[in-house]
Amino acid sequence: MSDALKLANVHKRFGETPIIRGVDLAVAPGERHAIIGPNGAGKSTLFNLISGRYTPSEGEIALHGKRISGLAPHQINRRGLSRSFQITNLFQNMTVFENLRCSLLWAQGYKYSFWHLVGRQTALNEAAEQWLERLGLSARRDVPASLLTYAEQRTLEIGTTIAGGADVILLDEPTAGMGLAERDHTMAMISEVTQDKTLLMVEHDMGVVFELADRISVLVYGQIIASDTPEAIRANAAVQEAYLGEAH
Amino acid sequence: MSHSQSSRTALLWHIGVWALFALVIVVLPYIFTSSSSISMMSQMGVFIIFALSYNMLLGQAGMLSFGHAVYFGLGGFFTLHAIRAVNDEVWQFPLELMPLVGGVGGLAFGIIFGSISTRRAGVTFAMITLGIGSMVESSANMFTDFFGGESGISGNRVTDVTLFGFSYGPSIEVYYLIGAWTVMAAVAMYLLTKTPLGRISNAVRDNPERAQFVGYNTTIARFIQFSLSGFFAGIAGGLFAIMFEIMTAPNVGLVQSGAVLLMTFIGGVGLFFGPIIGAVLVTYMHTALSGFSEGWILYFGLMFVFMVMYAPGGIAGVIYAHAAPWRAGLLWRLLPSYLLVLLPALLAIAGLVAVVEMGYQLSLAYDPSSPIDLFYMQINATSLWSWLVALLGLAVGIAGVLATARVVRARWAGVNRSMQATGAKT
Repeated sequence: MSDALKLANVHKRFGETPIIRGVDLAVAPGERHAIIGPNGAGKSTLFNLISGRYTPSEGEIALHGKRISGLAPHQINRRGLSRSFQITNLFQNMTVFENLRCSLLWAQGYKYSFWHLVGRQTALNEAAEQWLERLGLSARRDVPASLLTYAEQRTLEIGTTIAGGADVILLDEPTAGMGLAERDHTMAMISEVTQDKTLLMVEHDMGVVFELADRISVLVYGQIIASDTPEAIRANAAVQEAYLGEAH
Repeated sequence: MSHSQSSRTALLWHIGVWALFALVIVVLPYIFTSSSSISMMSQMGVFIIFALSYNMLLGQAGMLSFGHAVYFGLGGFFTLHAIRAVNDEVWQFPLELMPLVGGVGGLAFGIIFGSISTRRAGVTFAMITLGIGSMVESSANMFTDFFGGESGISGNRVTDVTLFGFSYGPSIEVYYLIGAWTVMAAVAMYLLTKTPLGRISNAVRDNPERAQFVGYNTTIARFIQFSLSGFFAGIAGGLFAIMFEIMTAPNVGLVQSGAVLLMTFIGGVGLFFGPIIGAVLVTYMHTALSGFSEGWILYFGLMFVFMVMYAPGGIAGVIYAHAAPWRAGLLWRLLPSYLLVLLPALLAIAGLVAVVEMGYQLSLAYDPSSPIDLFYMQINATSLWSWLVALLGLAVGIAGVLATARVVRARWAGVNRSMQATGAKT
């Protein structure tokens, strides 16, 4: 079986400055894989390369064995990869329900139709209502996204990322800026909604990482120095020196 | 209440609102019967369609165009050429459907120019539309067979080929033709906002990056929305051509493009009905005020600046802001404070109008010392006293507005607190 996501010798340079310096990474289908590393290691850049915001300077990225590097974000999304953002990135003027419905439109095959009325598409609306319930946002159905609390916005961000049905999900610091209770709630929600999906996440919170991840890769200065199970990573001397020992 | 029930209620409510809109259009000529009123209301219909089509870009998809008159004007030229072809008996097409010719023309050029301009968003898009607008306007001098050069193209709308047995010679018959098209086009554009394309246009407006990450190519979404907007602008242009029976180069030009931007913005881009208010108000000001004063464009410009600074949601936005206090039954707490601002505001406006009118009198009148009729008074623009009184009124009025505006803000703060306390929707 081919890897859900595979990066081979990926480089990214901005001008002369190398940010990603030869990353090899393989994520198996159904795996929950976390990327950790100190600030400035290139984690966000790596996500932007995988999701098509940036094009690699060198190397290849493949989704289910098919090359996606060089494609536009919407093309990559249609091939089954979706991502959330570190800074909340929603349709701010639209209600919670509209946000979720919009993230379902392409997946349900509506494309750019101007001959369907969205209000009359029963399956579409029921799917959006189900997502509202699953995310625990039913009470906030008709509130514009911009008026939600921070934790609610983060939840909706993850919901719109996953609702479209992609099977490879990239989460960029899903619990950043949350208190402990909110964090636990969000992690439980993520575990629930990403069952059977391949998950690649960047996270600073070590508690979250060691609790959720099947495998962890450590990114330091644009290179992966270790990629293993949480226990092995915890025991890895190089990792402790490069990362765990210094800041925490 | 179940969802099917609530959606049925919503459907009935929508049908009711549109039926009322149609009824108002039917009844208006019985109230305002003069021929100048009929003509003004006909223009309002044309500009309602034009402004709504513009808001498909600005309000719904976040595209600021400086060249929307291209599709309006070209639609008008196509329609007039088609009418002339029917009169020359080389083509058979009923007059009632002639605006469709304009629509197809607007759509065709929307596709052509849109395929270039919608590749970019934001400022770059705005600049490209400006370039296309001035290009088309200046090309009127090159393609004189189509644009008719300096004198434009004229025609006779009475073609003898009609569906319903009206001649469309009398302006009241044209009014009702425009009215019917206004209702149809407005309903169609409203329904478009409820389609996947309409929703994705909103999504592209709010957050193009997120729209890409739910699978949409933002360029294609903008392009389709832009082309359809050109279609409706072309219909408006076709009706304009039927009404005036003449099209000239400025109809495709930058001034006309600016005018539709202004009326859409003043009406309000955030709500569907905003541009309808804007088109009605600006057409009224244009016809009514331009007869009174040389300075009407100046007043209009000042109003626009004022709206941009203090009411960026336009008139519709101001109305909508009062919906929540209205539902909460708290509107009565706001209204007295409005009256309080109104008095100094009227004084400031009167002072401003006096200053502007005296200024025009000094620079434009054959005899500057001849008195101006203003506010039931005779004012002499060459007298120092007139200027002092006008400037004093302006200054006192502005000071009064600034002072009383605090009361309004305080009342609003109180109303917002009450609504939060009772958990009413904001």
